Amino acid sequence: MRAFKLTATVILLLLAAVPALAELPVEINGFWEVRGGLRTDKDPNQRDVSLGETRLQLDMSYEFDWGVLRVRPDLIWDDVDRTRDIDMEEGAGVVDLREANLLLYPADSVDVKIGRQILTWGTGDLLFLNDLFPKDWVSFLIGRDEEYLKAPSDAVKVSLFNDIANMDLVYTPRFDPDRYIKGERVSYWNDALQAITGRNAVVHADIPNDWFDQDELALRIYRMVKGYEIALYGYFGYWKSPAGQAGDGRAAFPGLNVFGASVRGNIFKGIGNIEVAYYDSEDDREGDDPFVRNSEFRLLVGYEQELVTDFTASVQYYLEQMQDYGSYRDSIYPGMEYKDKNRHVFTVRLTRLLMNQNLTLSLFTFYSPSDRDGYLRPSVEYKVNDYWTVSAGGNLFFRNEDATFYGQFHTNSNLYAAVRYAF
Amino acid sequence: MKTKIFAAAALALLLCASAWAQDQTPPVQEIVEKANLMAYYQGDDGKAHVHMEITDSQGRKRKRDFIILRKDKEDGGEQYFYVYFRRPADVRRMIFMVWKHPGKDDDRWLYLPALDLVKRIAASDKRSSFVGSDFLYEDISGRSIEEDTHELAKEEEGFYVIKNVPKAPDTVEFSYYLVWIDKKTFMPMKAEYYDKAGKKYRVIEALEVEEIQGFPTVVRSKASNIETGSSTVLTFSKIKYNIGLKEEIFSERYLRRPPREAKR
Repeated sequence: MRAFKLTATVILLLLAAVPALAELPVEINGFWEVRGGLRTDKDPNQRDVSLGETRLQLDMSYEFDWGVLRVRPDLIWDDVDRTRDIDMEEGAGVVDLREANLLLYPADSVDVKIGRQILTWGTGDLLFLNDLFPKDWVSFLIGRDEEYLKAPSDAVKVSLFNDIANMDLVYTPRFDPDRYIKGERVSYWNDALQAITGRNAVVHADIPNDWFDQDELALRIYRMVKGYEIALYGYFGYWKSPAGQAGDGRAAFPGLNVFGASVRGNIFKGIGNIEVAYYDSEDDREGDDPFVRNSEFRLLVGYEQELVTDFTASVQYYLEQMQDYGSYRDSIYPGMEYKDKNRHVFTVRLTRLLMNQNLTLSLFTFYSPSDRDGYLRPSVEYKVNDYWTVSAGGNLFFRNEDATFYGQFHTNSNLYAAVRYAF
Repeated sequence: MKTKIFAAAALALLLCASAWAQDQTPPVQEIVEKANLMAYYQGDDGKAHVHMEITDSQGRKRKRDFIILRKDKEDGGEQYFYVYFRRPADVRRMIFMVWKHPGKDDDRWLYLPALDLVKRIAASDKRSSFVGSDFLYEDISGRSIEEDTHELAKEEEGFYVIKNVPKAPDTVEFSYYLVWIDKKTFMPMKAEYYDKAGKKYRVIEALEVEEIQGFPTVVRSKASNIETGSSTVLTFSKIKYNIGLKEEIFSERYLRRPPREAKR
């Protein structure tokens, strides 16, 4: 508690210092937030409090003639995860550095961004096929702001522009995994124990971490054709969350290559998109290794339309199709839970804006008819004025079985609320 | 002598004709086209800092600041818009971009910086509020004149009053709107919107017009929603025309990496 008071004092002092800092040529903005949440069900292996934290984000940028320097740290006091030691990769501890990069314009047709950065591409809404940049699934499931679903990459992004097609090349010299579910805060289906586990069986992983050797390369080639955005994608790296088991029993991140394409544009009265991807699980191309995830084909079809003023609906269909399914079924031990060949998912996002768009009601639903499970994300957000925002929401899982994708999280269902001051 | 008489008659006729022309109201289509150019196509491109103040029925105020860039492909035709938000903090660095295609659906994007997300937005929601204000998306980039039929409803002191009726009434919330166009400058100075029951529910007015680089320009305008009692005032500053904006600024590249022109 004393430490909490100290942090609160530091945050208040920093806030007081903001006007003084504003005198510098550096642009400083940010927000301060308090966020708390509770589990709706008992989980014997987790605390009842799912979220209890305050954070101060400072967004500082300085513009040169030849580029922009940006540093965006979050200072956090987290009462649920009491790890205070800073881990820059996992975002654990009192500092989570969201961005620290230098954007350069070396030539008319070239942009380069070096350093810690948030990267996004692809056409899915909370479903990712060709976006293999790190995600923070823990933040997403426990009710942090949606921006925290994107974990930072430590990478070099080179963008080349010309009339034929533009190209982005992202080189990550050392593999950046997802901030994946490991049981510390979010319980999950543990294949080895054939049960849902949490803090009683935290995932220990063997993360590829050799600089310039266990690296990642992602590329995108894109252009507009008659108002349609067309893109081709490639990725050469590793599964971003554990997708196998190493010889010593630790969770593993096997090698992965992904090839895909997408198109997006106006159709009917809304926006339509189609995206496909082939996941080449290079350590198990035959599909007969029970300790490595098989290759997959993924498909996404989406459509969004404003039905009436300030009420928008979007729907997506997503397919994850395991390759070499027969080999997979032959390889797993009898009695173990096994996956279906096809995982079908439908999503619906409903967004209603009220009171001059100051009140947002939103519901995002994932539903899988094949897994017979689902995930609801209701939320309410009200902008009290130009500085203060209050919000509340939930992450609610329902299931038929414990071992399915959303079903495994059912003991993590939670409700949260937050207050944010932006400056 | 005969030729002199002819010449005099011709001259008289010419004078008469020009006097007649001055008195004559131009065809509606011409008025509408000129007004459209005046309101949305001044110069080849333009830039302005915009301060927006939204006042709700209870007098509570919300403020927004953004910079708007515009480039015309051709007068009265295809156009690009780029809106970079500076304030308040929760929308800072957000960008809204439009490729306007008169006669067909516009292409529109929103860039969300915290997620580095380039989001495509549907053209069908042009009639929704622009960032919670009483202006609509379509007021910012301009409603294509091809979407309405136009008739001269009346002439008032110094103004042509044009009645505009939508060709596709089910796509909009109004049944028609009246626009007051200044007879001298062809600047649209006021618009009144009438709902399906024929009741006036929305008014947009030009509060102040200045000449900038020789172009008459609205520097303050107000939109009022009579039903909800809220109103929004836009104040334009640092207006510049013909600054040589490159077409490539209006692309995904510059959504992810706003150009200097957009930021200050």
